[in-house]
Amino acid sequence: MIKLSNISKTFNTGKPNEVKAVQNLNLEIAPQDYVVIVGANGSGKSTLLNLIAGSLLPSAGTIEIDGQLVTRLKDFERSKWIARVFQNPLSGTAPDLTILDNFRLAALRTQSKDLLIGTTAQFKADVKDKVALLGMGLENKLDQDMGTLSGGQRQALTLMMSVMDECKILLLDEPTAALDPRSADLVMKTADRLIKDFKLTAILITHNLKDAHYYGNRLILMREGQIFKDYSCESKLSLTQNDLFSWFS
Amino acid sequence: MEFYLTALLQGLCFAGIAVGIYISMKIFNIPDITTDGSYTLGGMLTGTLLTHAFPLYISAAAALLAGAIAGAITGVIHTKLKIHALLAGILVSTALYSINIIVAGRSNLPLINLSSVFSIITFTTDFNLNSLLILLLVVGAVVAITGYLLKTDFGIAMRATGNSESMIRALGVNTDRMKIIGLAMANALTALSGFLMTQQQGYADISMGIGIVIIGLGSVIIGDTLISRFNVKSVWKILLLVVAGAVVFQLLLAVTLSLGVNANLLKLVTAVLVLLFVSLPRLTLSRQND
Repeated sequence: MIKLSNISKTFNTGKPNEVKAVQNLNLEIAPQDYVVIVGANGSGKSTLLNLIAGSLLPSAGTIEIDGQLVTRLKDFERSKWIARVFQNPLSGTAPDLTILDNFRLAALRTQSKDLLIGTTAQFKADVKDKVALLGMGLENKLDQDMGTLSGGQRQALTLMMSVMDECKILLLDEPTAALDPRSADLVMKTADRLIKDFKLTAILITHNLKDAHYYGNRLILMREGQIFKDYSCESKLSLTQNDLFSWFS
Repeated sequence: MEFYLTALLQGLCFAGIAVGIYISMKIFNIPDITTDGSYTLGGMLTGTLLTHAFPLYISAAAALLAGAIAGAITGVIHTKLKIHALLAGILVSTALYSINIIVAGRSNLPLINLSSVFSIITFTTDFNLNSLLILLLVVGAVVAITGYLLKTDFGIAMRATGNSESMIRALGVNTDRMKIIGLAMANALTALSGFLMTQQQGYADISMGIGIVIIGLGSVIIGDTLISRFNVKSVWKILLLVVAGAVVFQLLLAVTLSLGVNANLLKLVTAVLVLLFVSLPRLTLSRQND
Protein backbone atom coordinates (compact mmCIF):
# COMPACT_ATOMS: atom_id res chain seq x y z
CA MET A 1 0.00 0.00 0.00
CA ILE A 2 2.88 2.35 0.87
CA LYS A 3 6.35 2.02 -0.59
CA LEU A 4 9.26 4.29 0.34
CA SER A 5 12.45 3.85 -1.70
CA ASN A 6 15.77 5.42 -0.64
CA ILE A 7 14.01 8.27 1.14
CA SER A 8 16.15 11.00 2.70
CA LYS A 9 15.14 14.26 4.30
CA THR A 10 17.69 16.86 5.31
CA PHE A 11 16.76 20.14 7.01
CA ASN A 12 18.92 23.28 6.71
CA THR A 13 21.14 21.71 4.07
CA GLY A 14 24.67 23.11 4.08
CA LYS A 15 24.18 25.18 7.22
CA PRO A 16 25.86 24.56 10.60
CA ASN A 17 22.53 23.35 11.99
CA GLU A 18 22.01 20.76 9.24
CA VAL A 19 19.82 17.87 10.39
CA LYS A 20 19.60 14.58 8.55
CA ALA A 21 16.19 13.60 9.87
CA VAL A 22 15.66 10.58 7.63
CA GLN A 23 18.50 8.84 5.80
CA ASN A 24 18.22 6.49 2.87
CA LEU A 25 15.20 4.72 4.28
CA ASN A 26 13.37 1.88 2.56
CA LEU A 27 10.00 0.73 3.80
CA GLU A 28 7.18 -1.25 2.28
CA ILE A 29 3.84 -1.52 4.04
CA ALA A 30 1.30 -4.09 2.89
CA PRO A 31 -2.44 -3.35 2.69
CA GLN A 32 -4.21 -3.64 6.06
CA ASP A 33 -0.97 -3.66 7.97
CA TYR A 34 -1.03 -1.83 11.30
CA VAL A 35 2.52 -0.59 11.77
CA VAL A 36 3.65 0.83 15.08
CA ILE A 37 6.75 3.03 15.06
CA VAL A 38 8.72 3.73 18.22
CA GLY A 39 11.99 5.57 18.71
CA ALA A 40 13.65 8.26 20.78
CA ASN A 41 12.95 11.94 20.20
CA GLY A 42 14.75 13.09 17.06
CA SER A 43 14.94 9.60 15.57
CA GLY A 44 12.89 10.73 12.57
CA LYS A 45 9.49 9.18 13.32
CA SER A 46 7.42 12.31 12.83
CA THR A 47 9.45 13.35 9.80
CA LEU A 48 8.75 9.95 8.28
CA LEU A 49 5.03 10.32 8.91
CA ASN A 50 5.04 13.85 7.46
CA LEU A 51 6.86 12.55 4.38
CA ILE A 52 4.19 9.92 3.87
CA ALA A 53 1.40 12.46 4.43
CA GLY A 54 3.04 14.97 2.07
CA SER A 55 3.42 17.77 4.63
CA LEU A 56 7.14 17.46 3.91
CA LEU A 57 8.64 16.60 0.55
CA PRO A 58 11.70 14.32 0.53
CA SER A 59 15.21 15.56 -0.35
CA ALA A 60 15.77 12.31 -2.23
CA GLY A 61 13.97 9.06 -2.99
CA THR A 62 10.48 8.10 -4.14
CA ILE A 63 7.16 7.42 -2.45
CA GLU A 64 4.41 5.24 -3.85
CA ILE A 65 0.90 4.94 -2.48
CA ASP A 66 -1.45 2.29 -3.80
CA GLY A 67 0.88 1.68 -6.74
CA GLN A 68 0.93 5.35 -7.72
CA LEU A 69 4.00 7.58 -7.58
CA VAL A 70 3.18 10.45 -5.20
CA THR A 71 6.66 11.79 -4.35
CA ARG A 72 5.88 15.38 -5.44
CA LEU A 73 2.21 15.47 -4.43
CA LYS A 74 1.38 17.85 -1.57
CA ASP A 75 -0.53 16.86 1.56
CA PHE A 76 -3.91 18.11 0.29
CA GLU A 77 -3.41 16.08 -2.89
CA ARG A 78 -2.68 12.89 -0.94
CA SER A 79 -5.82 13.24 1.16
CA LYS A 80 -7.70 10.97 -1.23
CA TRP A 81 -5.86 8.04 0.36
CA ILE A 82 -4.75 9.37 3.72
CA ALA A 83 -6.55 10.48 6.85
CA ARG A 84 -4.57 11.85 9.80
CA VAL A 85 -4.85 12.19 13.53
CA PHE A 86 -2.37 14.69 14.96
CA GLN A 87 -0.54 14.75 18.26
CA ASN A 88 -2.22 18.03 19.15
CA PRO A 89 -6.01 17.59 19.37
CA LEU A 90 -6.32 21.18 18.11
CA SER A 91 -4.62 20.35 14.80
CA GLY A 92 -7.09 17.71 13.66
CA THR A 93 -10.25 19.76 14.11
CA ALA A 94 -11.42 23.32 13.56
CA PRO A 95 -12.33 24.68 17.03
CA ASP A 96 -14.60 27.53 15.88
CA LEU A 97 -16.69 25.33 13.63
CA THR A 98 -19.46 23.11 14.93
CA ILE A 99 -18.98 19.36 15.23
CA LEU A 100 -21.37 18.99 12.31
CA ASP A 101 -19.35 21.35 10.07
CA ASN A 102 -16.15 19.51 10.99
CA PHE A 103 -17.77 16.24 9.97
CA ARG A 104 -19.07 17.77 6.77
CA LEU A 105 -15.53 18.67 5.70
CA ALA A 106 -14.28 15.23 6.70
CA ALA A 107 -17.03 13.63 4.62
CA LEU A 108 -15.62 15.49 1.60
CA ARG A 109 -11.96 14.65 2.20
CA THR A 110 -11.53 12.99 -1.19
CA GLN A 111 -14.01 15.24 -3.00
CA SER A 112 -14.29 18.88 -3.99
CA LYS A 113 -16.02 21.32 -1.65
CA ASP A 114 -18.76 22.80 -3.79
CA LEU A 115 -21.06 25.79 -3.57
CA LEU A 116 -23.89 23.69 -2.23
CA ILE A 117 -25.24 23.39 1.27
CA GLY A 118 -24.29 19.89 2.37
CA THR A 119 -25.16 20.00 6.06
CA THR A 120 -28.67 18.72 5.42
CA ALA A 121 -30.95 17.00 7.90
CA GLN A 122 -30.09 13.68 6.25
CA PHE A 123 -26.38 14.32 6.70
CA LYS A 124 -26.89 15.34 10.31
CA ALA A 125 -28.71 12.09 10.99
CA ASP A 126 -25.83 10.12 9.46
CA VAL A 127 -23.28 11.95 11.59
CA LYS A 128 -25.44 11.38 14.65
CA ASP A 129 -25.33 7.62 14.06
CA LYS A 130 -21.58 7.67 13.54
CA VAL A 131 -20.86 9.77 16.61
CA ALA A 132 -23.17 7.62 18.72
CA LEU A 133 -20.84 4.68 18.03
CA LEU A 134 -18.25 6.40 20.23
CA GLY A 135 -20.57 6.10 23.22
CA MET A 136 -19.52 9.50 24.55
CA GLY A 137 -22.94 11.16 24.38
CA LEU A 138 -21.69 13.67 21.82
CA GLU A 139 -24.38 12.79 19.28
CA ASN A 140 -26.72 15.38 20.80
CA LYS A 141 -24.13 18.14 20.72
CA LEU A 142 -23.52 18.31 16.98
CA ASP A 143 -24.29 22.04 16.81
CA GLN A 144 -21.77 22.81 19.53
CA ASP A 145 -18.37 24.28 18.61
CA MET A 146 -15.57 21.74 18.42
CA GLY A 147 -13.50 24.02 20.66
CA THR A 148 -15.81 23.43 23.63
CA LEU A 149 -14.84 19.75 23.81
CA SER A 150 -11.99 18.13 25.70
CA GLY A 151 -8.84 16.89 23.99
CA GLY A 152 -9.93 13.26 24.34
CA GLN A 153 -13.34 13.93 22.84
CA ARG A 154 -11.75 15.81 19.96
CA GLN A 155 -9.25 13.04 19.22
CA ALA A 156 -12.03 10.44 19.26
CA LEU A 157 -14.11 12.58 16.89
CA THR A 158 -11.09 13.10 14.62
CA LEU A 159 -10.81 9.32 14.35
CA MET A 160 -14.49 9.04 13.48
CA MET A 161 -14.08 11.86 10.94
CA SER A 162 -11.34 9.92 9.16
CA VAL A 163 -13.78 7.20 8.12
CA MET A 164 -16.53 9.59 6.99
CA ASP A 165 -15.12 9.40 3.48
CA GLU A 166 -13.34 6.60 1.66
CA CYS A 167 -10.10 6.01 3.51
CA LYS A 168 -7.23 3.65 2.81
CA ILE A 169 -4.46 4.86 5.10
CA LEU A 170 -4.72 6.19 8.63
CA LEU A 171 -1.74 8.05 10.08
CA LEU A 172 -1.70 8.39 13.86
CA ASP A 173 1.02 10.70 15.18
CA GLU A 174 1.13 10.20 18.95
CA PRO A 175 -2.65 10.64 19.12
CA THR A 176 -2.77 10.07 22.87
CA ALA A 177 0.27 12.12 23.94
CA ALA A 178 -1.87 15.00 25.20
CA LEU A 179 -4.55 12.87 26.85
CA ASP A 180 -5.22 11.46 30.30
CA PRO A 181 -4.88 7.65 30.63
CA ARG A 182 -8.62 6.94 30.39
CA SER A 183 -9.16 9.10 27.28
CA ALA A 184 -5.96 7.70 25.79
CA ASP A 185 -7.25 4.17 26.24
CA LEU A 186 -10.58 5.05 24.64
CA VAL A 187 -8.86 6.68 21.65
CA MET A 188 -6.54 3.71 21.12
CA LYS A 189 -9.42 1.24 21.31
CA THR A 190 -11.51 3.31 18.90
CA ALA A 191 -8.59 3.49 16.46
CA ASP A 192 -8.05 -0.25 16.67
CA ARG A 193 -11.73 -0.94 16.02
CA LEU A 194 -11.93 1.42 13.04
CA ILE A 195 -8.74 0.02 11.52
CA LYS A 196 -10.23 -3.49 11.67
CA ASP A 197 -13.79 -2.57 10.66
CA PHE A 198 -12.75 -0.44 7.71
CA LYS A 199 -9.75 -2.61 6.74
CA LEU A 200 -7.37 0.34 6.93
CA THR A 201 -3.64 0.39 6.50
CA ALA A 202 -2.40 2.24 9.57
CA ILE A 203 0.78 3.74 10.98
CA LEU A 204 0.95 4.65 14.65
CA ILE A 205 3.75 6.64 16.24
CA THR A 206 3.80 6.32 19.98
CA HIS A 207 6.01 6.68 23.04
CA ASN A 208 3.71 4.43 25.01
CA LEU A 209 5.53 1.08 24.85
CA LYS A 210 2.55 -0.75 26.33
CA ASP A 211 0.43 0.41 23.39
CA ALA A 212 3.29 -0.36 21.00
CA HIS A 213 3.40 -3.89 22.32
CA TYR A 214 -0.34 -4.43 22.42
CA TYR A 215 -1.51 -2.85 19.14
CA GLY A 216 -0.57 -3.48 15.53
CA ASN A 217 0.89 -6.41 13.63
CA ARG A 218 4.28 -4.87 12.86
CA LEU A 219 6.69 -2.97 15.05
CA ILE A 220 9.49 -0.70 13.85
CA LEU A 221 12.19 0.88 15.98
CA MET A 222 13.75 3.96 14.44
CA ARG A 223 17.16 5.35 15.29
CA GLU A 224 19.06 8.23 13.66
CA GLY A 225 16.70 8.51 10.73
CA GLN A 226 16.79 4.86 9.84
CA ILE A 227 14.88 1.67 10.58
CA PHE A 228 16.87 -0.01 13.32
CA LYS A 229 14.62 -2.98 14.05
CA ASP A 230 11.60 -4.30 12.15
CA TYR A 231 9.36 -7.04 13.56
CA SER A 232 6.43 -8.32 11.57
CA CYS A 233 3.53 -10.59 12.55
CA GLU A 234 4.98 -13.62 14.36
CA SER A 235 8.23 -12.05 15.46
CA LYS A 236 6.26 -9.16 16.99
CA LEU A 237 4.10 -11.60 18.93
CA SER A 238 7.17 -13.19 20.46
CA LEU A 239 8.39 -9.84 21.79
CA THR A 240 7.75 -9.10 25.44
CA GLN A 241 7.13 -5.65 26.88
CA ASN A 242 10.50 -5.93 28.61
CA ASP A 243 12.21 -6.32 25.23
CA LEU A 244 10.73 -2.99 24.20
CA PHE A 245 11.75 -1.28 27.41
CA SER A 246 15.30 -2.58 27.03
CA TRP A 247 15.63 -0.72 23.68
CA PHE A 248 15.29 2.59 25.47
CA SER A 249 17.47 1.93 28.50
CA MET B 1 -31.94 64.50 11.10
CA GLU B 2 -30.58 64.99 7.58
CA PHE B 3 -27.11 64.82 9.12
CA TYR B 4 -27.72 61.43 10.70
CA LEU B 5 -29.43 60.11 7.59
CA THR B 6 -26.26 60.89 5.63
CA ALA B 7 -24.23 59.06 8.27
CA LEU B 8 -26.59 56.10 7.93
CA LEU B 9 -26.15 56.12 4.14
CA GLN B 10 -22.38 56.29 4.51
CA GLY B 11 -22.46 53.42 6.98
CA LEU B 12 -24.40 51.31 4.49
CA CYS B 13 -21.92 52.25 1.75
CA PHE B 14 -19.17 50.96 4.02
CA ALA B 15 -21.01 47.66 4.60
CA GLY B 16 -18.99 46.11 1.74
CA ILE B 17 -15.71 47.02 3.44
CA ALA B 18 -17.00 45.74 6.76
CA VAL B 19 -17.99 42.37 5.31
CA GLY B 20 -14.72 42.30 3.35
CA ILE B 21 -12.63 42.94 6.46
CA TYR B 22 -14.73 40.37 8.30
CA ILE B 23 -13.74 37.81 5.67
CA SER B 24 -10.03 38.68 5.62
CA MET B 25 -9.56 39.35 9.33
CA LYS B 26 -12.04 37.13 11.14
CA ILE B 27 -12.27 34.20 8.73
CA PHE B 28 -8.72 34.07 7.38
CA ASN B 29 -6.86 35.84 10.21
CA ILE B 30 -5.15 38.01 7.63
CA PRO B 31 -4.78 41.76 8.28
CA ASP B 32 -5.40 43.03 4.77
CA ILE B 33 -4.21 46.56 4.00
CA THR B 34 -5.02 46.15 0.28
CA THR B 35 -8.37 47.59 1.36
CA ASP B 36 -7.07 51.20 1.16
CA GLY B 37 -6.11 50.72 -2.48
CA SER B 38 -8.97 48.54 -3.65
CA TYR B 39 -11.60 50.89 -2.19
CA THR B 40 -10.11 53.80 -4.15
CA LEU B 41 -9.75 51.54 -7.18
CA GLY B 42 -13.47 50.74 -7.04
CA GLY B 43 -14.28 54.44 -6.68
CA MET B 44 -11.94 55.78 -9.38
CA LEU B 45 -12.92 53.07 -11.84
CA THR B 46 -16.60 53.80 -11.26
CA GLY B 47 -15.99 57.53 -11.70
CA THR B 48 -14.07 57.01 -14.91
CA LEU B 49 -16.56 54.61 -16.47
CA LEU B 50 -19.58 56.73 -15.52
CA THR B 51 -18.03 59.93 -16.91
CA HIS B 52 -17.39 58.00 -20.12
CA ALA B 53 -21.08 57.08 -20.18
CA PHE B 54 -20.67 53.37 -19.61
CA PRO B 55 -23.81 51.71 -18.29
CA LEU B 56 -24.06 51.26 -14.56
CA TYR B 57 -23.94 47.46 -14.55
CA ILE B 58 -20.64 47.51 -16.42
CA SER B 59 -19.20 49.95 -13.89
CA ALA B 60 -20.37 47.74 -11.03
CA ALA B 61 -18.96 44.58 -12.62
CA ALA B 62 -15.67 46.32 -13.44
CA ALA B 63 -15.30 47.63 -9.87
CA LEU B 64 -15.99 44.18 -8.38
CA LEU B 65 -13.61 42.49 -10.81
CA ALA B 66 -10.81 45.04 -10.32
CA GLY B 67 -11.11 44.72 -6.54
CA ALA B 68 -11.01 40.94 -6.82
CA ILE B 69 -7.86 41.09 -8.95
CA ALA B 70 -6.16 43.43 -6.46
CA GLY B 71 -7.02 41.07 -3.61
CA ALA B 72 -5.89 38.04 -5.56
CA ILE B 73 -2.52 39.69 -6.23
CA THR B 74 -2.07 40.29 -2.50
CA GLY B 75 -3.04 36.68 -1.94
CA VAL B 76 -0.54 35.38 -4.48
CA ILE B 77 2.27 37.53 -3.01
CA HIS B 78 1.37 36.32 0.48
CA THR B 79 0.97 32.61 -0.23
CA LYS B 80 3.30 31.88 -3.13
CA LEU B 81 6.16 34.26 -2.30
CA LYS B 82 5.69 33.72 1.45
CA ILE B 83 5.64 37.47 2.17
CA HIS B 84 3.92 38.58 5.37
CA ALA B 85 0.30 39.46 4.63
CA LEU B 86 0.67 42.99 6.03
CA LEU B 87 3.59 43.75 3.73
CA ALA B 88 1.86 42.12 0.75
CA GLY B 89 -1.18 44.35 1.31
CA ILE B 90 0.91 47.49 1.74
CA LEU B 91 2.82 46.71 -1.47
CA VAL B 92 -0.36 46.23 -3.48
CA SER B 93 -2.12 49.29 -2.09
CA THR B 94 0.97 51.41 -2.73
CA ALA B 95 1.12 50.19 -6.32
CA LEU B 96 -2.63 50.82 -6.67
CA TYR B 97 -2.11 54.51 -5.87
CA SER B 98 -0.34 54.92 -9.23
CA ILE B 99 -2.76 52.58 -11.00
CA ASN B 100 -5.68 54.63 -9.72
CA ILE B 101 -4.23 57.87 -11.09
CA ILE B 102 -3.56 56.17 -14.43
CA VAL B 103 -7.10 54.75 -14.52
CA ALA B 104 -8.72 58.13 -13.91
CA GLY B 105 -6.08 60.19 -15.69
CA ARG B 106 -6.29 62.69 -12.83
CA SER B 107 -6.60 62.67 -9.06
CA ASN B 108 -10.16 63.93 -8.73
CA LEU B 109 -13.32 63.03 -10.65
CA PRO B 110 -16.53 64.97 -9.98
CA LEU B 111 -19.71 63.18 -11.09
CA ILE B 112 -22.11 66.02 -11.59
CA ASN B 113 -25.45 65.41 -13.29
CA LEU B 114 -24.57 61.85 -14.19
CA SER B 115 -26.99 59.02 -13.68
CA SER B 116 -26.03 56.87 -10.72
CA VAL B 117 -27.23 53.79 -8.92
CA PHE B 118 -29.27 56.15 -6.73
CA SER B 119 -31.11 57.83 -9.59
CA ILE B 120 -31.66 54.81 -11.81
CA ILE B 121 -34.53 53.42 -9.75
CA THR B 122 -37.02 55.72 -8.09
CA PHE B 123 -39.05 54.39 -5.18
CA THR B 124 -39.73 57.83 -3.80
CA THR B 125 -38.98 61.42 -4.81
CA ASP B 126 -37.04 62.08 -1.61
CA PHE B 127 -33.48 61.55 -2.88
CA ASN B 128 -31.98 60.52 0.47
CA LEU B 129 -34.82 58.14 1.27
CA ASN B 130 -34.54 56.66 -2.20
CA SER B 131 -30.79 56.20 -1.66
CA LEU B 132 -31.49 54.49 1.64
CA LEU B 133 -33.85 51.98 0.02
CA ILE B 134 -31.43 51.23 -2.80
CA LEU B 135 -28.52 50.81 -0.37
CA LEU B 136 -30.62 48.50 1.78
CA LEU B 137 -31.31 46.40 -1.30
CA VAL B 138 -27.64 46.23 -2.27
CA VAL B 139 -26.45 45.50 1.27
CA GLY B 140 -29.21 42.92 1.65
CA ALA B 141 -27.97 41.20 -1.49
CA VAL B 142 -24.36 41.28 -0.24
CA VAL B 143 -25.34 39.75 3.09
CA ALA B 144 -27.57 37.14 1.44
CA ILE B 145 -24.97 36.05 -1.11
CA THR B 146 -22.01 36.07 1.30
CA GLY B 147 -24.08 34.32 3.97
CA TYR B 148 -25.18 31.60 1.58
CA LEU B 149 -21.62 31.13 0.37
CA LEU B 150 -20.28 30.72 3.90
CA LYS B 151 -22.89 28.06 4.62
CA THR B 152 -21.99 25.93 1.62
CA ASP B 153 -19.38 23.17 1.73
CA PHE B 154 -16.97 25.57 0.06
CA GLY B 155 -17.71 28.19 2.71
CA ILE B 156 -17.16 25.74 5.56
CA ALA B 157 -13.79 24.86 4.03
CA MET B 158 -13.08 28.58 3.82
CA ARG B 159 -13.88 29.11 7.50
CA ALA B 160 -11.76 26.10 8.47
CA THR B 161 -8.78 27.46 6.52
CA GLY B 162 -8.31 30.36 8.91
CA ASN B 163 -9.22 28.22 11.89
CA SER B 164 -7.13 25.06 11.60
CA GLU B 165 -4.86 24.99 8.58
CA SER B 166 -3.27 21.60 9.34
CA MET B 167 -6.71 20.01 9.56
CA ILE B 168 -8.12 21.45 6.38
CA ARG B 169 -5.01 20.55 4.38
CA ALA B 170 -5.29 16.98 5.66
CA LEU B 171 -8.89 17.08 4.42
CA GLY B 172 -7.80 17.91 0.88
CA VAL B 173 -8.09 21.69 0.65
CA ASN B 174 -5.43 23.76 -1.07
CA THR B 175 -5.13 26.48 1.56
CA ASP B 176 -3.08 28.81 -0.67
CA ARG B 177 -5.81 28.79 -3.28
CA MET B 178 -8.45 29.29 -0.61
CA LYS B 179 -6.67 32.35 0.82
CA ILE B 180 -6.29 33.88 -2.64
CA ILE B 181 -10.02 33.41 -3.31
CA GLY B 182 -10.85 34.81 0.12
CA LEU B 183 -8.77 37.95 -0.36
CA ALA B 184 -10.24 38.37 -3.85
CA MET B 185 -13.75 38.22 -2.37
CA ALA B 186 -12.89 40.61 0.44
CA ASN B 187 -11.44 43.19 -1.93
CA ALA B 188 -14.26 42.81 -4.45
CA LEU B 189 -16.63 43.76 -1.63
CA THR B 190 -14.34 46.64 -0.66
CA ALA B 191 -14.35 47.89 -4.25
CA LEU B 192 -18.15 47.65 -4.17
CA SER B 193 -18.05 50.08 -1.25
CA GLY B 194 -15.92 52.40 -3.39
CA PHE B 195 -18.46 52.06 -6.20
CA LEU B 196 -21.34 52.99 -3.91
CA MET B 197 -19.56 55.75 -2.02
CA THR B 198 -18.35 57.51 -5.16
CA GLN B 199 -21.94 57.82 -6.35
CA GLN B 200 -23.28 58.67 -2.93
CA GLN B 201 -20.85 61.56 -2.41
CA GLY B 202 -20.80 62.53 -6.10
CA TYR B 203 -17.07 62.36 -6.70
CA ALA B 204 -14.09 60.02 -6.65
CA ASP B 205 -10.79 61.15 -5.20
CA ILE B 206 -7.33 59.58 -5.11
CA SER B 207 -7.13 60.05 -1.34
CA MET B 208 -10.61 58.66 -0.56
CA GLY B 209 -9.11 55.34 0.57
CA ILE B 210 -6.51 56.65 3.00
CA GLY B 211 -7.08 54.96 6.34
CA ILE B 212 -10.31 53.35 5.14
CA VAL B 213 -9.16 49.96 6.45
CA ILE B 214 -9.59 51.40 9.96
CA ILE B 215 -13.26 52.03 9.24
CA GLY B 216 -13.68 48.41 8.20
CA LEU B 217 -11.77 47.28 11.25
CA GLY B 218 -13.82 49.46 13.59
CA SER B 219 -17.07 48.17 12.07
CA VAL B 220 -16.00 44.55 12.44
CA ILE B 221 -14.90 45.11 16.03
CA ILE B 222 -18.22 46.75 16.95
CA GLY B 223 -20.00 43.88 15.21
CA ASP B 224 -17.80 41.34 16.93
CA THR B 225 -18.52 42.83 20.36
CA LEU B 226 -22.23 42.39 19.69
CA ILE B 227 -21.67 38.89 18.29
CA SER B 228 -19.84 37.64 21.37
CA ARG B 229 -22.13 39.53 23.76
CA PHE B 230 -25.22 37.82 22.37
CA ASN B 231 -23.35 34.62 21.47
CA VAL B 232 -24.59 34.74 17.88
CA LYS B 233 -23.88 31.59 15.85
CA SER B 234 -25.89 32.00 12.65
CA VAL B 235 -23.78 33.20 9.73
CA TRP B 236 -26.55 35.51 8.47
CA LYS B 237 -26.95 37.23 11.82
CA ILE B 238 -23.18 37.59 12.18
CA LEU B 239 -22.98 39.35 8.81
CA LEU B 240 -25.95 41.56 9.69
CA LEU B 241 -24.25 42.56 12.94
CA VAL B 242 -21.05 43.36 11.04
CA VAL B 243 -23.08 45.62 8.73
CA ALA B 244 -24.77 47.11 11.80
CA GLY B 245 -21.26 47.75 13.12
CA ALA B 246 -20.47 49.81 10.03
CA VAL B 247 -23.62 51.89 10.50
CA VAL B 248 -23.08 52.35 14.24
CA PHE B 249 -19.52 53.46 13.59
CA GLN B 250 -20.61 56.19 11.14
CA LEU B 251 -23.37 57.33 13.50
CA LEU B 252 -20.86 57.58 16.34
CA LEU B 253 -18.57 59.67 14.14
CA ALA B 254 -21.52 61.88 13.19
CA VAL B 255 -22.40 62.38 16.84
CA THR B 256 -18.80 63.33 17.63
CA LEU B 257 -18.73 65.84 14.79
CA SER B 258 -22.09 67.29 15.78
CA LEU B 259 -20.65 67.92 19.26
CA GLY B 260 -18.45 70.51 17.56
CA VAL B 261 -15.27 68.56 16.92
CA ASN B 262 -13.22 70.12 14.13
CA ALA B 263 -13.70 68.18 10.88
CA ASN B 264 -9.93 68.17 10.38
CA LEU B 265 -9.74 65.92 13.41
CA LEU B 266 -11.97 63.30 11.74
CA LYS B 267 -9.19 60.73 11.25
CA LEU B 268 -7.91 61.29 14.78
CA VAL B 269 -11.40 60.79 16.16
CA THR B 270 -11.76 57.67 14.00
CA ALA B 271 -8.52 56.21 15.33
CA VAL B 272 -9.43 56.99 18.94
CA LEU B 273 -12.90 55.47 18.51
CA VAL B 274 -11.41 52.25 17.08
CA LEU B 275 -8.89 52.15 19.94
CA LEU B 276 -11.81 52.48 22.37
CA PHE B 277 -13.76 49.66 20.74
CA VAL B 278 -10.72 47.40 20.81
CA SER B 279 -9.75 48.13 24.37
CA LEU B 280 -13.14 48.47 26.08
CA PRO B 281 -14.02 44.75 26.08
CA ARG B 282 -10.55 43.95 27.46
CA LEU B 283 -10.72 46.62 30.13
CA THR B 284 -14.08 45.38 31.36
CA LEU B 285 -12.91 41.78 31.13
CA SER B 286 -9.76 42.35 33.17
CA ARG B 287 -11.88 44.01 35.85
CA GLN B 288 -14.10 40.93 35.99
CA ASN B 289 -11.08 38.70 36.32
CA ASP B 290 -9.62 40.64 39.26
